[in-house]
Amino acid sequence: MTRDNIPSIGRRQFLAALGATALASGLIVPASVARAQDAQAAPVKGGVLKLGIGGGSTTDNLDPRILTDWVPVNQAYMLMNGLVEIDAQNNVVPELLESWQPEEGAKVWHLKVRQGVTFHNGKVLNADDVLYSLNLHRGETTSAARSVAAPITALEKTGEYDIKLVLESGNADLPYMLSDYHFLIVPDGWSDFAKPVGTGPFVYESYEPGVRSRFTRNPNYWKPDTAWVDAVEVIVINDISARTNAMMSGQVHAINRLDFKTVDLLKRNKNLSVVQSAGGQHFNFLMDCTQAPFTDQNIRLALKHGINREQLLKTALMGYGSVGNDHPVPKTDRFFAKDLPQRPYDPEKAKFHLKQAGLDSLKVTLAASDAAFGGAVDAAAVYRQNAMAGGIQIDIKREPADGYWDNVWMKAPFCMSYWGGRPTADQMLTAAYFSKSSQNDTHWANPTFDAKLIEARALLDDAKRAEIYAELQQIVSDDGGAIIPMFGDYLDAVSNKLGGVTSHPMFNFMGARLAEKVWLKA
Amino acid sequence: MSRLILKRLGLGVFTLWLVSVLVFAGTQVLPGDVASAILGQNATPEALDVLRRDLGLNDPLVLRYVTWLKGFATGDLGNSLASGQPVSELIGSRLMNTLMLAAYAAVISVPLAVVLGILVAVFRGSIFDRVMNVLALACVALPEYFLGLLLVLWFSVQLGWLPALADTYPGMGLGEWIKATTLPALTLVLVTMAQMMRMTRTALLGVMDQSYVETAWLKGLRAPRVVLRHALPNAAAPIVNVVAFNIAYLITGVVLVEAVFNYNGLGRFMVDAVAKRDLPLVQASALAFAAAFVLLNMIADIAAIALNPRLRHPR
Repeated sequence: MTRDNIPSIGRRQFLAALGATALASGLIVPASVARAQDAQAAPVKGGVLKLGIGGGSTTDNLDPRILTDWVPVNQAYMLMNGLVEIDAQNNVVPELLESWQPEEGAKVWHLKVRQGVTFHNGKVLNADDVLYSLNLHRGETTSAARSVAAPITALEKTGEYDIKLVLESGNADLPYMLSDYHFLIVPDGWSDFAKPVGTGPFVYESYEPGVRSRFTRNPNYWKPDTAWVDAVEVIVINDISARTNAMMSGQVHAINRLDFKTVDLLKRNKNLSVVQSAGGQHFNFLMDCTQAPFTDQNIRLALKHGINREQLLKTALMGYGSVGNDHPVPKTDRFFAKDLPQRPYDPEKAKFHLKQAGLDSLKVTLAASDAAFGGAVDAAAVYRQNAMAGGIQIDIKREPADGYWDNVWMKAPFCMSYWGGRPTADQMLTAAYFSKSSQNDTHWANPTFDAKLIEARALLDDAKRAEIYAELQQIVSDDGGAIIPMFGDYLDAVSNKLGGVTSHPMFNFMGARLAEKVWLKA
Repeated sequence: MSRLILKRLGLGVFTLWLVSVLVFAGTQVLPGDVASAILGQNATPEALDVLRRDLGLNDPLVLRYVTWLKGFATGDLGNSLASGQPVSELIGSRLMNTLMLAAYAAVISVPLAVVLGILVAVFRGSIFDRVMNVLALACVALPEYFLGLLLVLWFSVQLGWLPALADTYPGMGLGEWIKATTLPALTLVLVTMAQMMRMTRTALLGVMDQSYVETAWLKGLRAPRVVLRHALPNAAAPIVNVVAFNIAYLITGVVLVEAVFNYNGLGRFMVDAVAKRDLPLVQASALAFAAAFVLLNMIADIAAIALNPRLRHPR
């Protein structure tokens, strides 16, 4: 694998080189392994991997445009590859793109498609396939990644394996942007998404949406030292107790999305390990900055000081996460603002800000539902208790989980929500805080923030970017409409028979690519 | 008799039509539609628009219902809105799964309940009678998912005899299938048995207290003959009724059991369909359930008439 054209310096290149060495020596386990003993065990081929995954529906489809839930995303990564991959250290590494090179200003990019890769149907991968696959998400389309692809203003083939990509404005994070799980590569002109053909580690054998699937190993898989098992079976198990039972009785080798409340009980079982991955998933309370009383920054600050983050983390997530500082950039992100002081629980400060706003006490109604996250209603109750000490009365209005995203989210003036995390600070800040974003769920508009966000995006100098992103995090933390008390870890359980499992900053199941990375110990 | 059956059939069809109207209206009341359900939190107004237009969701309500009804009347159940696959294809295998699980449970539950019911009636007031009654009531009082979890805890996690997931797939052997579905079937047996057993007991005791049974005893007949030959036939109608009712419950009420054991049946399928607001799927599954209910109730009524000479020959 060539990695010389990665347009970044220092740490990232060093880690990529480190990764290449590890790959060459057959040890694909990155440094931050969840279970140290794996580092010694050599991978073995063979066996049938059985995964119990929650988050699927009988209406699922493997069309890359409409991937929304965990089961189809995991299945899609078994059959197809992306252009790039996010590794266990949150760095972008090549997948079907061999390399990429920006022109000055990061507006025009030259992408090089990997050579010598064939699809399951025998077609050889070239630039046309990549163009077709990316164009699925552009223009008039039902793609859920439409807004991610929107900044791409032109895509053209400049050679059999070369593509020129033009953005509406410079973005140094383009490679990260391409890691979106919707951007999967299918052959040029492919439309039979009930039975997709890709370049992935496994080949379609049988698939019943929302129930089960069985894919067999791709004997011609291009990625070295992956795809160890002969076949992978997915059993869709949406019910958390059914999933846990299947794991405990040994019917499956791994399950995703553990219940925070029962993890400690599950840990007592000696045949399995819990994989804890810190990432960008965070839980929040959203204040609509266009509706009174949240139009006043002092009110927002009062509410931000009135929450006991530590207690919330312990109660709602049983400690499986970390406290948040009212901005959405996680500790795992390379641009995380380390020097920004953590906002404490300070009822006196809350009272002070109420006074600044000309009030002695405040009464607000919070729309709460477990649709936001498991334990959200409990979290609301804790917050209610915390806030009282600061002279704030929070009335909790329980909303049904069904239809929550249609009727409450972005509509109620004060409600609960979550974000699944994005690979870069820029994507996260853009999606939820840029004033023109369709998912600006606090309706917050700050011209300074908007301008600096666009400025930072086009910079190729990481040190300068880090400085601006720290500033942006501070602006969101102090002025923004979201109270972000905690980040929740991704929790999976895996059988001790599995080798090669690591934690991963993007999502459960090693960034949804677990199937190609693990092996069954002999 | 045949006129009666025809009349019941006509009423059944009318009931089904009413169900289809109610389901259609019900899904309209639910917040959101299939487009927002498919796109989820990622939905942008533009993407929603495109999808709604593609799916024909912008047509007026009545028009959409009439289109669906026309298709249904000609045997075309339509396509799933979310996945585009034909509904009949999607529903067929799941309905079969649900029916097979119900049959498996019924084959154990019905004979066992009736025999136990007869025995407790015969040994009325004994320790056996009381123990059985307490056990039966306990099973009814516990919700299915709790009973199911208890069974999983004992038989799967602790003893390791049976799988925790009822993981079935096309082409699996009968032995494997039985092993996979025994725990859910057992759960269903436990929750349905009590009512049938207690109804058998009550019905039989009601008859046994009558004077003709006393005459039979006085004639010196043995207990099996008195109970099975003289008493049971007259108690049969209410028993058949409650058995039919419970079989209908086995088919329609398995949603929770399917969730606990992750069984690929119609109940779980319908829950998905409702969550996605996938109207053709919801309609078809609701009608399948309603049809099972109507049909079994009809069979019960007809059987009750057939078993009762007074109803068979009305004056």
